[in-house]
Amino acid sequence: MLALDFAFFTPELISGYIVKGFIFSLQLTLVAMVGGIILGTLLALMRLSGRPWLVMPAAAYVNTMRSIPLVMVILWFFLLIPLVIGKPLGAETSAIITFTLFEAAYYSEIMRAGIQSISRGQVAAGYALGMSYRQTMGLIVLPQAFRNMLPVLLTQTIILFQDTSLVYAIGAYDLLKGFEIAGKNFNRPVETYLVAAVLYFIISFSLSMLVRKLQQRIAIVR
Amino acid sequence: MIEIKNISKWYGAFRVLTDCTTQVEKGEVIVVCGPSGSGKSTLIKCVNGLEAFQQGDIFVNGTSVGDPKTNLPKLRSHVGMVFQHFELFPHMTITENLSIAQVKVLGRSRDEANERGMKLLDRVGLKPHAHKHPGQLSGGQQQRVAIARALSMDPICMLFDEPTSALDPEMVNEVLDVMVQLAHEGMTMMVVTHEMGFARKVSDRVIFMDQGSIVEDATKEDFFGKPRSERAQQFLSKILSH
Repeated sequence: MLALDFAFFTPELISGYIVKGFIFSLQLTLVAMVGGIILGTLLALMRLSGRPWLVMPAAAYVNTMRSIPLVMVILWFFLLIPLVIGKPLGAETSAIITFTLFEAAYYSEIMRAGIQSISRGQVAAGYALGMSYRQTMGLIVLPQAFRNMLPVLLTQTIILFQDTSLVYAIGAYDLLKGFEIAGKNFNRPVETYLVAAVLYFIISFSLSMLVRKLQQRIAIVR
Repeated sequence: MIEIKNISKWYGAFRVLTDCTTQVEKGEVIVVCGPSGSGKSTLIKCVNGLEAFQQGDIFVNGTSVGDPKTNLPKLRSHVGMVFQHFELFPHMTITENLSIAQVKVLGRSRDEANERGMKLLDRVGLKPHAHKHPGQLSGGQQQRVAIARALSMDPICMLFDEPTSALDPEMVNEVLDVMVQLAHEGMTMMVVTHEMGFARKVSDRVIFMDQGSIVEDATKEDFFGKPRSERAQQFLSKILSH
């Protein structure tokens, strides 16, 4: 018979095990989102530049990253980088860099679609006013592309948040790790994993609802 | 002001412009007309280098458009252009639409740019709409803002690419009125349009294009009175028959 007992879930347990991991998961998500969108936008601009020496490396990067399972990228990066730089990087730092580089590939595809959704006439209007490529992109095209794609970018970020749990592969202390250790110490793994699942669900689901609201608002403005 | 010399352009193997030559003097208003696909929009976009051409050259105020060393953004900053689909920036207010290029391209202060923008917005009769976004305006209003935006850069000449073709019929005149006023003030204008009433009223010369070539380049009196080419006669009889 399954007898669940949550009595050991005290504020002390939460502040002792969970908060530290939660902060790291959040940090990882936010840094990888901001870094990934910036890097992804650059990759998208490279792919749309029409210059083979920019298109090809960007396309190769995006396609490679999208063809390898994330957990392998996490592992390889953790194992290879110390060999290159000569000293261990630490699981947390390694995870942050890996996620930023990996997510950039996905964000780049979203931004590419966003940029392509802006009519060529808008670009022509920017140029006709004397703007440079940089100004036309930065002032006219990217703000519109970003706004149009905001719901998709945020949806990708929700997936990213869930994927951060994969850092268990290199032993980084994230939200899931906090629950795992607590479960072991109190010998209550079923209860802790259950609470972890509920927490991931609540966070992801409420963010999804937020995205849906946002989508409706953007639809009205347009 | 604008010299177009033996321009030819190809899309791959397809020739869209064939040896086009004409010029627009300072203060002149030139109307370019012709059936769709005749290359008139392509030709006008070559003038400010929005479209590249493979042969010939265009000079705007003495500056070569075809020369790779020419600073095209600088040249474009004083050649105004109005598009068929307005192309206002939908994520900005009307005020921002009018000031952004003045600030970012000409380096004017925001106050100066706003003042200039408001003056022009008032001139096209839309001052009360300054705080709105383009999506909240009608097509005719948007096109008038687009004209004001181009004028805010103090252009030496203006290019119009079918400025009324995307408008509902009842909005065509409010845009043409602004253009007529501009012509009377002595602005140098090159206008691609099917509005023959406008051509009759204010143009100095009419250029008729067909299949990528300039077939007829005549004063409006000659063009409407006795067009020489058969193709232009056919075109005129078709669009003026009602």
